[in-house]
Amino acid sequence: MAEYPDDLRFLASHEWARLEEDGLVTVGISDFAQEELGDVVFVELPELDAELAARSEAGVVESVKAASDIYAPVSGTVVAINEALEDAPETVNDSPYDDGWFFRISPTDPAELDGLLSAEDYRRHCEEESH
Amino acid sequence: MLIFDHSSKGRGATAQFGPPMEPASDLPAEHLRSSPAGLPEVSELQVVRHFTNLSRRNFSIDTQFYPLGSCTMKYNPRGAHRAASQPGFLNRHPLAPEAQSQGFLACLWELQEYLKDVTGMKAVSLTPMAGAQGEFAGVAMIRAYHQRNGDDGRTEILIPDAAHGTNPATAVMCGFKVREVPVTREGDVDINALRAAVGPQTAGLMMTNPSTCGVFERRIQEIAGVVHEAGGLLYYDGANLNAILGQVKPGDMGFDVLHMNLHKTFATPHGGGGPGSGPVGVGQRLIDFLPTPVVGREPGPRFRWLDEQDIPHTIGRLSAFMGNAGILLRAYAYARLLGRDGMYRVGRYATLNANYMARQLEKKGFTLAYPDRRATHEFIITLAKENRELGVSAMDFAKRLLDYGFHAPTTYFPLLIPECLLIEPTETECREEIDRFIEAMGAILEEARTDPDLVRGSPYTMPVKRLDDVKAARDLDLALIDPRPAP
Repeated sequence: MAEYPDDLRFLASHEWARLEEDGLVTVGISDFAQEELGDVVFVELPELDAELAARSEAGVVESVKAASDIYAPVSGTVVAINEALEDAPETVNDSPYDDGWFFRISPTDPAELDGLLSAEDYRRHCEEESH
Repeated sequence: MLIFDHSSKGRGATAQFGPPMEPASDLPAEHLRSSPAGLPEVSELQVVRHFTNLSRRNFSIDTQFYPLGSCTMKYNPRGAHRAASQPGFLNRHPLAPEAQSQGFLACLWELQEYLKDVTGMKAVSLTPMAGAQGEFAGVAMIRAYHQRNGDDGRTEILIPDAAHGTNPATAVMCGFKVREVPVTREGDVDINALRAAVGPQTAGLMMTNPSTCGVFERRIQEIAGVVHEAGGLLYYDGANLNAILGQVKPGDMGFDVLHMNLHKTFATPHGGGGPGSGPVGVGQRLIDFLPTPVVGREPGPRFRWLDEQDIPHTIGRLSAFMGNAGILLRAYAYARLLGRDGMYRVGRYATLNANYMARQLEKKGFTLAYPDRRATHEFIITLAKENRELGVSAMDFAKRLLDYGFHAPTTYFPLLIPECLLIEPTETECREEIDRFIEAMGAILEEARTDPDLVRGSPYTMPVKRLDDVKAARDLDLALIDPRPAP
């Protein structure tokens, strides 16, 4: 069964966002998303210092089944990217909420996080989608 | 085994050699090669055997049922091939003067007229070399149209989220931003979301109708109204034209521009068997922007190329000559073989076959993705339940079908439907073949219930077994290295 950690916020398009103690927001794709995609073979990350608007395209994740856009959950500047995914995209499957993170944003307005789905709402969304 | 592995120094197929030629005397010395070309040295029999054996590994429409959804793998009639292979066509030089090409030009002009007729458009250019180039030409015309009207603020193309991946790719290639429009659970475009998405930034909407969900868009005229009122144009992706051929015309639905895949709808070879062909058709507003050349007809009749002189606002040329001329001739012959009455039957039988197969598979216990909708020329089953309960995925079903002697349907597309197979029987399969496929699917479902490992381990009868597609995608290695030692 897919995991839906309580401390995360989600987009219906399957990205998660975590507000870190230093005020940055870490972004990745959910456990449900990596299961649906199957083996991830390629990840395209945003560029460092890129200014992203909330819900704008921030990258691409590709599996043997499909290629999907990754959207930014909140607006802000990209301050870190997980370069390890370029050589080891399978990390997204192995550890979607930890080592498989995609990028970190310095958010323009952290309150935007409150507009995202809670873990419980997102879980319900996924269960609906898979039926 | 590569043909190079059969090579042995000094061997050759002497019976195939032409008369000896004089060495080229007028080439500068620095352009002449100093060592022989790296060609395999093999006998005629070795060549024949090598390629005959390779061809026997093919899964092709000539050998097996090929229900690859969204690809319209119908039979390519030999008569069309023969007609296009007449010496007068084969030996015509692409730069031959018009006076010596009247027969060729007349065929292309008539093909333009037929395509106008079946699509309800005002003009057609045959020149795009494939579906993707046809799409590019179509959206480039939309762009040119807005530019010519000084309407520079139209930066967005709307695309339903069920679309083929080529649609957003085309829009981006033409410099547009893509905005997705959601599709409802019944497979229609969400009209309220569309209303909310259109505006002065809307350049156009790209749509496939019937959509990749295998259903006809019921509110197409309302959709056309919404987009036109906002000042945008409607693009019709002809991928699924086979479903409606002779029944309803994109021009009547309100589309301003479309491309056709002659290699699907007009039965020319594809899927590795031949080059594509993606003619574009336009309504009144885009006639001035058609890609050149187009064939014109003058009194006499006399046929001639129309170029930049005749179509001054053209988006230009897409290839050196006239698209894939040999494919256009095959499509022309196919249209003539069908005739007007035959053209009407294509869509009907393609649809009948798909609906029959969908209902029979439902009776076998499969889940249709849109059970309440009539299928068009193709339909979707979802194996999400089988995957969840039996651990047998859509890919496992697809691989097992190979053992039963069928090409697999399209897998995992459209992306909206989990664990799906998109199945398109086409009109050229007979009832017995369709029944055989239904029986095979039923047998595999039974295997999945009683012996799931059997299905998961398939195929067993192919030259290669289950491929490691993850490794293939992660460690791309496409270069052929000449295995022989350097001379």
